[in-house]
Amino acid sequence: MNTLNPAVAEFETSIADVDRADVRVDVRNLNFYYGKSHALKNVSIPFAKNKATALIGPSGCGKSTLLRTLNRMYALYPGQRAEGEIMLDGENVLAPGVDLARLRARVGMVFQKPTPFPMTIYDNVAFGVRLYENLSKAEMDVRVEEALTRAALWDEVKDKLRGPGLGLSGGQQQRLCVARGVAVRPEVLLLDEPTSALDPISSARLEETVMQLKADHTIVIVTHNLGQAARVSDYTGFMYLGELVEFGSTDGLFTRPATQRTSDYITGRFG
Amino acid sequence: MTANLAKVARRRVMDIAFKIFCVLVTVVALAALAAILWSLLSQGLGGLNLEVFTRSTPAPGSSGGLANAIVGSLMMCILAMVLALVIGVLAGTWLAEYAGRSAYGSIIRFLNDVLLSAPSILVGLFVYELLVAPFHGFSGLAGAVALALLAVPVIVRTTEDVLSLQAATLREAGVALGAPYSFVVREIIWRAARGGLLTGALLAFARISGETAPLLFTALNNQFFSLNLTHPTANLPVVIFNFALSAYDDWRRLAWAGALLIAATVLAVTIVARIVAREQKRS
Repeated sequence: MNTLNPAVAEFETSIADVDRADVRVDVRNLNFYYGKSHALKNVSIPFAKNKATALIGPSGCGKSTLLRTLNRMYALYPGQRAEGEIMLDGENVLAPGVDLARLRARVGMVFQKPTPFPMTIYDNVAFGVRLYENLSKAEMDVRVEEALTRAALWDEVKDKLRGPGLGLSGGQQQRLCVARGVAVRPEVLLLDEPTSALDPISSARLEETVMQLKADHTIVIVTHNLGQAARVSDYTGFMYLGELVEFGSTDGLFTRPATQRTSDYITGRFG
Repeated sequence: MTANLAKVARRRVMDIAFKIFCVLVTVVALAALAAILWSLLSQGLGGLNLEVFTRSTPAPGSSGGLANAIVGSLMMCILAMVLALVIGVLAGTWLAEYAGRSAYGSIIRFLNDVLLSAPSILVGLFVYELLVAPFHGFSGLAGAVALALLAVPVIVRTTEDVLSLQAATLREAGVALGAPYSFVVREIIWRAARGGLLTGALLAFARISGETAPLLFTALNNQFFSLNLTHPTANLPVVIFNFALSAYDDWRRLAWAGALLIAATVLAVTIVARIVAREQKRS
């Protein structure tokens, strides 16, 4: 497909790991620009349905940028643009005329730092649901409980749902953000270094949550923590300088990396 | 080494001298404020009684109060604040959330800063030409518009500032749930900034509550009690201005009482603004 780029050629061989029928989000020849700076170079990567795919690589390699193209978060900022294709259910997410609000309701996102809204825990979770669904009070109660349970937060907050979301600890706030994200039942969930601001115990709980969420969601997780990538993900993509250097099953990539660069990175020789 | 010691010693002397200078300047500034407050309290407290709040401004020599001026001032300030809040918060929101670094945004921002320091008497004259001269009559409505014009730039500025302080990640988090941007601004950003927005509104209220010049050309004054804002409307600043310059002792006493009332109101509003801002920071 692109013989000029050796990274793509390698990727083409390793893609055999993912059955085409299972691909939920298919990124093809994606280029991304911050003004004149070329941040993603011809990236093609599939994200499999009901699997977690980890994006790893040193700082500034483009993993967060790739994540932010999937829900077009970058569109908030003038001067940032993407070229190529991101197919979601046969529709190109990058095409002009795509309803960005609807897209983001289908592709949820959890950020590096917890971002609870200045309202009650209950309203935080119900916020996104109210945008697109007219639920009765009872139905909403069920939905909020379900979302908080799936984010492994219900037991800790069930008695203070009317308390402020900002009153929770950092780890709880992050799980509240996960609950808020899954409450709208997105097809895809993007996690941008979700545990980097959390203590080890909170991180472990969030990882468990992510494992459980795979049952219903396609998950893409950006992480600096290689152990985390190995623990939670089924597939891993290694990025470097805006290119996808290697992609494959997590087991394969960590035990038999195909390129020297990947090998150096996962053994801690750089990055 | 000796040279270094001399250097250190000189620096220490400079340090002490600078500190003393700063303290002196602060004392001078605060002394002026204390003197104003002292004369307000000593002259104004004597004139304060129930009649001040229940009776209207008297003819010279007879007894009376400031009820018409207090009510007139309140009506005009409240109407002005309603007008200014709608315009100011929306304009400030546009500057913070939508204008970005566009040339148009920069021009509006610059003009707002000019308006922020515009002499209030000019604003009064402007509204006189706009709303008084064409209708052949002074009115409380014109007064409220003049006060609103003074409050708008304050509110625009504080709104833009407090909204810009809200984290970009909070906006992204709202947008990431599928909310349209304007919805995120109204439901999340305004809410997160509500303490700051309220502080800005209270500061604008404090700013306009003592303004005299713009009211001289617009609301003028009214010696009778009236709730009709289409007529000339009594107000504290103009009553103080007229009474303080008069030769009658009872009028001058009322002027002091009125001045004390305005100062106390501004002080109370400022304290409330501080408390609100602190509560906001805590939560």
